[in-house]
Amino acid sequence: MASDTIKTYRFRGGVHPPEEKLTKSIPVRTMPMPDKVFIPLSQHLGAPAKPIVSPGDRVTVGTKIADAGGFVSAPVHSSISGVVKGIVDYPHPAGRNLPAVEIEGDGTDQRDGAVKPRSNPMDLDPGQIKEIIREAGLVGMGGATFPTHVKLSPPEGKPIDTLIINGAECEPYLTADHRLMLDAPDHIVTGAELMGKILGVRRIIIAVEKNKMDAVAALKKAVLGGDTAVVALAVKYPQGAEKQLIKALLDRSVPSGGLPMDVKVVVQNVGTANAVYEAVAENRPLVSRYCSVTGPGIKNPANLVLRIGTPVSKVIEYCGGLTQDVRKVILGGPMMGIAVWDFSVPVMKGTSGILALTEEYLDENREGPCLRCGNCVRVCPMGLTPLMFARHTQLGAFDRAEEFNVMDCIECGCCAYECPAHIPLVHLAKYAKAEIQARRRKAQG
Amino acid sequence: MFESIIVLAGLGLLSALGLGIASRAFHVDTDQRIQTIAGLLPGANCGACGFPGCNGLANAIVSGNGKIEACSAVSDENRKEIARLMGMEAAETVKRVAVIHCNFPAGGVGNKFEYLGVTDCRAANLVAGGPKQCVYACIGLGTCKSVCPFDAVTMGDSGLPVIDPEKCVACGKCVEACPKKIIDLVPVSRMVQVLCSSRDKGARVKKVCSVGCINCMLCERVCPFEAIHVIDNIARIDYEKCRVCGLCLRECPTGTIANLRGWEVVAEIGESCNGCTLCARACPVDTISGTAKERHIVDPERCIGCGICVDQCKRDAVTLVKKTAAVRKAAAAGE
Repeated sequence: MASDTIKTYRFRGGVHPPEEKLTKSIPVRTMPMPDKVFIPLSQHLGAPAKPIVSPGDRVTVGTKIADAGGFVSAPVHSSISGVVKGIVDYPHPAGRNLPAVEIEGDGTDQRDGAVKPRSNPMDLDPGQIKEIIREAGLVGMGGATFPTHVKLSPPEGKPIDTLIINGAECEPYLTADHRLMLDAPDHIVTGAELMGKILGVRRIIIAVEKNKMDAVAALKKAVLGGDTAVVALAVKYPQGAEKQLIKALLDRSVPSGGLPMDVKVVVQNVGTANAVYEAVAENRPLVSRYCSVTGPGIKNPANLVLRIGTPVSKVIEYCGGLTQDVRKVILGGPMMGIAVWDFSVPVMKGTSGILALTEEYLDENREGPCLRCGNCVRVCPMGLTPLMFARHTQLGAFDRAEEFNVMDCIECGCCAYECPAHIPLVHLAKYAKAEIQARRRKAQG
Repeated sequence: MFESIIVLAGLGLLSALGLGIASRAFHVDTDQRIQTIAGLLPGANCGACGFPGCNGLANAIVSGNGKIEACSAVSDENRKEIARLMGMEAAETVKRVAVIHCNFPAGGVGNKFEYLGVTDCRAANLVAGGPKQCVYACIGLGTCKSVCPFDAVTMGDSGLPVIDPEKCVACGKCVEACPKKIIDLVPVSRMVQVLCSSRDKGARVKKVCSVGCINCMLCERVCPFEAIHVIDNIARIDYEKCRVCGLCLRECPTGTIANLRGWEVVAEIGESCNGCTLCARACPVDTISGTAKERHIVDPERCIGCGICVDQCKRDAVTLVKKTAAVRKAAAAGE
């Protein structure tokens, strides 16, 4: 197998947070169909989808309810069968109310009759596969939710030679990708090959962290040959970050401000590869996903298959509820996830985990003065100096922060995790980036 | 001893000669007016004029690229002095001040969550639009205070910033910095203001705030000048049309509209009144009394100074005067 011959490299920086993979050996269960879903129109990066249903319309599982609102956008499908109640402003993980399609279920879980599996997915031509992927509403399922078909359409003059399938799952607590790799390794491999066909690449690398050797074994078994390799990577956060992954596997560095395609690489999550298989081979759009409901604040942690649009409160309820001392609920992992305050927010295409943390797991110490210890510089996987751009941001000198390359920050959280002075370095970086982008927009008029 | 004096004096003379020659050879002509004008400008280097600091504007004024009016902070006296130096007319500028269109009382708007991040409104706004229940409300972390170059902003007891109209020069720094965009520069003569920015529907506003605009439309209906309109679920005042009568303020059920001016005007009817009763009929608050064909009287205590009577009077008998003076006069007449 090709995997034995692949050399891996080290990326600089990174941290080793406790893994806390509480749910890694719990098999996935499918949560019963919720009686009501709120499917947001903005579940991806780019323009929100445009609704194409009206109140009173009957929908089945997989009925398209909103079309892409532009090239960088993705359609949205109904995740249950029932009746459209309306297009309402509904709480969104972004923190404000955004339009969502409210669907009341009829409990029958009826699927779209026209949906028939395709017997020979690999015989389709690349253009057809891409169109199926676009129509199925696929977005990056690692959390960034960038529309998949856009990533699979590199511009002319940007040849791609390698497709990396990201199964690193380096965030503590999360095990959704791990369980998926165990449950459907053959689907992931076929999905990867389908994407490889679109990109015209022969070399596909499926990368998994060494703490999931059972997944590595399952994937290796599923790989039939060709140039697809399964690689076990060192356990280090953020091993699953795109740029770090490329460095670790290919020893290529994505230039500042650039994209993986600048070094001839496309990276897709294992969840996306599985969704590609489901869309192309089984003709099923993206209406559900694997999600870890975990953390010390959840009574019965679990790995679940969740329908898109299920309110988080219902999921928590299904898992036995929250413990008394829960202090923070996060969508995603503890390092990069977004804290939510309103649990009625729906599960979205990018929701890889629902994490409830209690006080002892949180750092709520007051910010102190910077000690110039250099820990943030040591652990930054992008080779930045977080203390410098943070200080300039605190002083409102955003142009100086920009000179310290704050725009290259990937917001992985290593620096804030290590900072002994508890300085909210990532928040400052996000703040500086938002301000600099606003200024750029203003300068452009 | 003697030698060292000679040597040092010689060295001194030599360097003086060198400097003297250099100052002639490398002389740069500068317009003396630049220094003088820079001295007359406020010197806060706020940048609101669009030039790099006060020196930059002084340069621009002298070279003809900048206008004196670009500086909103310079005093009237200095503006005239600069105009005199430059031999041009200084246009009259309307004095404006910053007004914060949010007025929740202490503890008036609850928090959605506990915010532990960076102490800056712009940073807090990135986290779900800030911790306040009302997404349009002032976050209250004092970014406007920290960017104000004139120390005109202080943080009040209720957690809202307070702007000192005496110190505010309408440079617009806070307007730009506020992530909620609830600060506005308002002409000082238009200080009847809607102190709410919520574009939520009335029911939602009522849930989170006791003084928010619930778009009941009463102000729009009562305004005699069509100066106030509810657009996007929030009452907005057209400063061109507003006559600062304060009728809307009296109607507003939630007390969202406030009178921020320090003085009030009232109508006064002069001797040329022939008792035509037009003013009495037009008065929206019934403060004008008198019998027909006799001079009418305004009750200065109840008059709101809307000026409708002034427009109605065909004989120019009604004028608006500052309230204090009118009350004094009325009191003197009563004696």
